[in-house]
Amino acid sequence: MSERIIKIDRKDGKLAMAHIYVGFIALALGGLAGLLQVLVRSGSFTLPAGIGYYQVLTVHGVLLGLVLTTFFILGFQHAAISRTSGTYSRTSRLFGWLGFWVMLLGTVMAAVMILLNEATVLYTFYAPLKAHWIFYLGLTFVVVGSWLGGAGMIMKYVEWRKQHPGESSPLLTFMAIINTVLWIVATLGVAGTVLFQLLPWSLGLVERVDVLISRTLFWYFGHPLVYFWLLPAYMAWYVIIPKIIGAKIFSDSLARLSFILFLLFSIPVGFHHQLVEPGIDAFWKFLQVVLTFMVVIPSLMTAFSLFATFEMYGRSKGGTGLFGWFKKLPWGDARFTVPFIGMVAFIPAGAGGLINASNQMNQVVHNTIWVTGHFHLTLATSVVLTFFGISYWLVPHLTGRVLTKAMNKMAIVQAIVWTVGMGIMSGAMHAVGLLGAPRRSSFSTYGDAQQALDWIPYQVAQAIGGTILFIGIILVLYIFINLAFFAPKGEEEFPVGEQAEGSEKTPMVLENWKIWLTVLAALILVAYTVPFMDMFQNGPPPSKGFKVW
Amino acid sequence: MHMHRYEKWWLTLGTGSLIIFLIILGISAFHQGHQPPSAKAYINPEQVDAIAPFDEPGLKKVEGKEWDYELVLVASTFLYNPGEVEVPKGATLKIIATTKDVIHGFEVAGTNINMMLEPGYISEYTTTLDKTGEFLVVCNEYCGVGHHTMKSMIKVVD
Repeated sequence: MSERIIKIDRKDGKLAMAHIYVGFIALALGGLAGLLQVLVRSGSFTLPAGIGYYQVLTVHGVLLGLVLTTFFILGFQHAAISRTSGTYSRTSRLFGWLGFWVMLLGTVMAAVMILLNEATVLYTFYAPLKAHWIFYLGLTFVVVGSWLGGAGMIMKYVEWRKQHPGESSPLLTFMAIINTVLWIVATLGVAGTVLFQLLPWSLGLVERVDVLISRTLFWYFGHPLVYFWLLPAYMAWYVIIPKIIGAKIFSDSLARLSFILFLLFSIPVGFHHQLVEPGIDAFWKFLQVVLTFMVVIPSLMTAFSLFATFEMYGRSKGGTGLFGWFKKLPWGDARFTVPFIGMVAFIPAGAGGLINASNQMNQVVHNTIWVTGHFHLTLATSVVLTFFGISYWLVPHLTGRVLTKAMNKMAIVQAIVWTVGMGIMSGAMHAVGLLGAPRRSSFSTYGDAQQALDWIPYQVAQAIGGTILFIGIILVLYIFINLAFFAPKGEEEFPVGEQAEGSEKTPMVLENWKIWLTVLAALILVAYTVPFMDMFQNGPPPSKGFKVW
Repeated sequence: MHMHRYEKWWLTLGTGSLIIFLIILGISAFHQGHQPPSAKAYINPEQVDAIAPFDEPGLKKVEGKEWDYELVLVASTFLYNPGEVEVPKGATLKIIATTKDVIHGFEVAGTNINMMLEPGYISEYTTTLDKTGEFLVVCNEYCGVGHHTMKSMIKVVD
């Protein structure tokens, strides 16, 4: 390779790597919990030592939905900003580390309470299920820690903008900052319910809690949460994959515009998770459904850009005909192929999402295991496979090692194992969900009801798929440990794509935060003010807490 | 901002389909009345047993309303009351349900009946049962250690 490899500053690399270690430990433990769940639900396995199904389910959701994602994403974004905007200042790095330790402390607090069976409330912790206050405080620390880390990133971004007046920031930095802003605005909701409702209530300072307000604040956070997971994958698809295959970024401006649209339309939409609940007017549900569907537009832009990049590259390599370019893509390179499978998975995943958010069709699938099947395609395939694909170059880049041919091959095998396992598990979940099988439920024949008996073969299929996925987790952990500790020393590239020469300048309006934050605030106010006031003024008496596990 | 000609076509087609889709959803919701269950009626969750109609859960034939039967149902950890009802095929049924404790689900497997039951709120849904058979009612929102044992049965008979 003639190009000199640009290395991330060692100290920034250590900060990023610390986050990624925690992420992979969460993957190992959360994956094991997932294996136990599918086995129990097949009906042929009972948990030993009095461990509860719902306790294991809480572990699975918290570790994979909250810990793996948040730690990996912050680690990746620290690395991406340091790589594209330059080494962190001491203050930025200090905030990064402070955030890391506060998050880790919070994670340990929540984990201890879950293991003591004091917080078997699943990762959605809906009141009036009442967990131990240490669990809620732990969650608060995770959120506050992530804000500190985010503050470190924003400081670096502000510093770069000051040093480069009139220039648009590096694309990868810009995207990471959009995701950080999205996260901060979204977590205000969950912080609101935890700090003002659940913590005082679990401490015994107040006796009762308003259930619908708590749920509404949770889902104000819960939907942008999924975009917080997805946008780092999009960063890799937009900016990193083009470099890996040796192509150019299709359009810097359109990439930025799509990220802004994701920021605007991922937050004022939480009601589409609350479509079948009482106490919210049908009109406001419909309004948020319309806002939800606006993300179709940046999604279509993303799909176009990615495939345009692939096609232009394939044709430049001599691919002809309608699909000849497709064969020219570097299928042997895990850094491309693994995230590519994630992209393809997003086609059925996105289609399923459209069904879920459809005002009426939601009733057919709400809280059935179809939904679990859906987010095992979005989060557990599209996002997670892309995160694996990122790790295959990011981890050796940070540890000063290289991805060997053998590991590259194993990474592709891992992705195939994952695809097969997920195809079986998620496919069975979608199918049996349509028949009515509920999500988040232990094995049950419901008194030998015929319908429930008909679900069992699908649940066996889920167990088979889930077991294959667990093999996939062992493989990725093996590769991770190799890249972190044992791979040969060397220099692995942190690939960052560039625009084609002669592309027009990116309009500065895309980086005018005053405009976009105002639009965002306006959308949130329009979507939530009236129904929220209604909940405050007309709600029923609040609820006492229950510990029913 | 420059946009490729094909991307303009692609986005026009996509956004156009989206608009048509949302108009159809809106007509279905506001003109044909296919709204998700969104009742706005409140109750003190600690006195459900003493407040009508929940003081007498069960299936009742009603006269002079747009529906033929009312199913008044109370959920609590981990059971539904009533645990089984029989409804004649073709009857229009209004389900009126609430919970005495935590959040529960109310899903009739194999139908489109699916709603949340939340403490303090009354959930309502009106539907016509046009197929005979035994339809299992399951709780589809985690409600505690016995969540997967919580069930009822709606038997639709000729």
